[in-house]
Amino acid sequence: MTDFFQLLISGIATGSIYAMAALGFTLLWQAAGTINFAQGEFVMLPAFAMLIGIAAGLPLWLAFVVAVAISVLVLGAGFKRLVVDPMRGSGVVAVVVATLGLSIGLKSFVKAGYSAEPHPFPSVFSEEVFKLAGVTISYSDVGALVFAGLMVLGLQMLLNKTITGRAMQAVAQNTFAAEALGINVKRMILYTFGINAILVAVTALLITPTYLAKFDMGDNIGLKAFFAAIIGGFNNSRGALLGGVLVGVLENLAGAYLTPSYKDGVALVLFLAVILVKPDGLLGTPQERKV
Amino acid sequence: MSVLSVHDIKKSYGAIRAVDGVSFNVEPGEILGVIGPNGSGKTTLFNSILGQIKPDTGRVEFEGVDISGKSPLALSRLGVGRTFQNLQVFSKLSLRDNLIAAAQEFHGGLWGRIFAPSDNGVGARADEMIEMFRLKHVADLPAGSLSYGQQKLVDIAMAFMPAPRLVLLDEPCAGVNPSLVDGLRDLLIELNRKQGGSFVVIEHNMDFVMKLCHRIVCMVEGKVLAVGKPAEIQNNRAVLEAYLGN
Amino acid sequence: MTLSKRHLALLALAIIALTVLPTMLKTYGLYLLTLWLVYIIAAFGLNLTVGYAGLKSLCHAGFMGIGAYTVAILMKAGVSFWLATPVAIVLCFAFGLLIGFPALRVQLHYLGFATLGFNLLLMLFFRNEEWLTGGTFGIQNIKRPELFGYSLMGNLPFYYVVLALTVIAGAALAYLLRSPWGRAFAALRDNPIRAESTGVNITAYTLMSFAIGAAYAGLAGALFAPLVNFIEPAPFGIGNSLLFLLMVVVGGSGRFYGPVLGSAIALLLPEYLRFAKDWYLAVFGFAVVVMMIWLPGGLLSIKETWQLHRAKRDVKSARPEAA
Ligand SMILES: Nc1ncnc2c1ncn2[C@@H]1O[C@H](COP(=O)(O)OP(=O)(O)O)[C@@H](O)[C@H]1O
Ligand SMILES: [Mg+2]
Repeated sequence: MTDFFQLLISGIATGSIYAMAALGFTLLWQAAGTINFAQGEFVMLPAFAMLIGIAAGLPLWLAFVVAVAISVLVLGAGFKRLVVDPMRGSGVVAVVVATLGLSIGLKSFVKAGYSAEPHPFPSVFSEEVFKLAGVTISYSDVGALVFAGLMVLGLQMLLNKTITGRAMQAVAQNTFAAEALGINVKRMILYTFGINAILVAVTALLITPTYLAKFDMGDNIGLKAFFAAIIGGFNNSRGALLGGVLVGVLENLAGAYLTPSYKDGVALVLFLAVILVKPDGLLGTPQERKV
Repeated sequence: MSVLSVHDIKKSYGAIRAVDGVSFNVEPGEILGVIGPNGSGKTTLFNSILGQIKPDTGRVEFEGVDISGKSPLALSRLGVGRTFQNLQVFSKLSLRDNLIAAAQEFHGGLWGRIFAPSDNGVGARADEMIEMFRLKHVADLPAGSLSYGQQKLVDIAMAFMPAPRLVLLDEPCAGVNPSLVDGLRDLLIELNRKQGGSFVVIEHNMDFVMKLCHRIVCMVEGKVLAVGKPAEIQNNRAVLEAYLGN
Repeated sequence: MTLSKRHLALLALAIIALTVLPTMLKTYGLYLLTLWLVYIIAAFGLNLTVGYAGLKSLCHAGFMGIGAYTVAILMKAGVSFWLATPVAIVLCFAFGLLIGFPALRVQLHYLGFATLGFNLLLMLFFRNEEWLTGGTFGIQNIKRPELFGYSLMGNLPFYYVVLALTVIAGAALAYLLRSPWGRAFAALRDNPIRAESTGVNITAYTLMSFAIGAAYAGLAGALFAPLVNFIEPAPFGIGNSLLFLLMVVVGGSGRFYGPVLGSAIALLLPEYLRFAKDWYLAVFGFAVVVMMIWLPGGLLSIKETWQLHRAKRDVKSARPEAA
């Protein structure tokens, strides 16, 4: 039973990291109708940015700050201006293909220009463990959980409690109506891309110590984030949190109690089960087919 | 026996009662008009009849057979054609291919069609329709590249391709060049005479409806306000107040 | 698709070139040319699913893996290649049907994820079920078959068999596309709601487009195994599935020869430019982004995109009052 709790806690920790990437993914879809197939690579890039910073002698926290700044500039504003904006009106599929191309481009770029090997990455939190009521818990799990939890809650607060956040939600729900209300739609969409850029940088900080920095580390994270987002509900930002945690916990439990070799398939099975029963995700609101 | 009988269809979206208990019959060979202000539930009524959406209550019979809840596919196979209010053509296919696509599935079995001639025997029929709708000069262009009005005509021609016994047309004149509206009306009358079949036509163009239709149903706020011959509807006080007046 | 005289002549010329040219190639060049043909077969299939029927499929490499492993396993068990290949094709067809089912339920853009996930599951299977697939060690020493008593162990004879099968596979696809099915697929792609109301059974055609596309990948996989003599999970992963999609799109999705061009660009060139492979892929990836902005119809659509562009300009200048 103590095993179970250990697995549960580390599952929630991993899951909340997935949730951050998933949340960014969902926000982009809501605000700009962008399905970002390069989301995984968007996590990989800040990881390497931090790695380069550390190699240049920066302390981790400073490397992180620099990585966030670069991420906001390149993966936020740059991505929006150079890729998403020119494709306005060409449909979801064209954007999907373009971001697929982007994903391959970024991966190969890092592989060719930096390294094809996995690189160890320092953890923000101590690797040590402590015992609570007989359950062994690692500081890094608790740290990740707290950090990710604060990020997600903070974002919820921002979206629900501030004027800017409300405006962003209005844009996500109905761009035309938002425009009519005098909201600066373009700016709100830009903010959304910025938030996504911050989220992926934080995800990189938290997940790279376990995944190691590697050019293709985004494959797995991207996929988990997609599945988490859809499981929770693509059109609901709280859904991403639920989806991420569900995926993290269930794959941990399945890995331990069922079969470790199919652990990475858990997200898929959960995804299939959910969309077959509830095509709009657990917390998503149904969208009627337009005639 | 009526070709189509609709009993007490209701459909709500949240608090909006889009269709609120509509019943009517369509007789063999009849052209029935459906008029009503925007948002009075006409399109929702069509979609409920045609299986595109599921009405909350109600029953629909086609030639005496209960077709409630049947899929759009099943209905088209039974001989019910339709057009849509917003444009619905196969934009990358040529105009001629659009027409063939609209009828080819009605001949032979799925597997047999792999080995059938490319037009599955309906090419001549397509050319006939192209001739009739005067679209010959653009027959080989992708439908998506045609003007709005031309696409509208393609949409209508597609509905008639398999010679359906009942056709529902949702605002056939909307977006069509006013100078072509009379031609369209004559075309529909000709199709009705030559091919037989019954039509139900939603339309806002009063002149068009009055001259085309044998009978008219007027809907307001999801309910049938009046049914009658064009002349009766034209002089019906309630209709005038609710609709024609403004 | 009706063939014009010019089209036929060019096609004949291409086939003659592909027959004569390889006699002048060294081993590696011949290997690459054969590999290209194998990928063309697979991409033909994906073009049917994606380009003609308009469905997102991101597990094509996985299907190819099913084909390759089926043939390798059966041949190791002593079954003839010529029997194992049809089995591989049928198996892929069946898996295609299976994958088609979520396609009927799921909103369109989720389909990409569902198929991607299926590819992931296949990878895990190939990697973990060592008793069947050899796990990460793979299956070694896959022999090339014999045909009418002739051994195809040599590179050139095997190349000719693959060439013949590519031509047959292409002809079969062209035949299917010119039949009423081709039009039904396009109707499904352009407007499923309208298609349904004109008697097109979108359920059947959706499933068929997946299954036939997968069957083509199965044939490609069946040829891939004896070509490389050794299979392991890596070539059948998600990365290659994405690459397949890009191949089709870059060449021109929904255009018959799109996959031929696309697979040359996405697979043949990087193999030749092996020394710079990763840089090449990086450039390729970014080029795809640029292309989706300027030329979403793929390379083969250059002419039409240009014409459309000009036509639009002409219309604007000719009828200013229409605005
Ligand atoms: N999918 C839907 N969701 C919510 N409300 C809808 C939907 N479709 C139609 N309505 C509402 O139902 C009413 C009837 O619409 P409609 O049938 O399109 O009218 P008409 O075709 O007569 O103009 C309108 O108030 C419309 O806003
Ligand atoms: Mg309407």
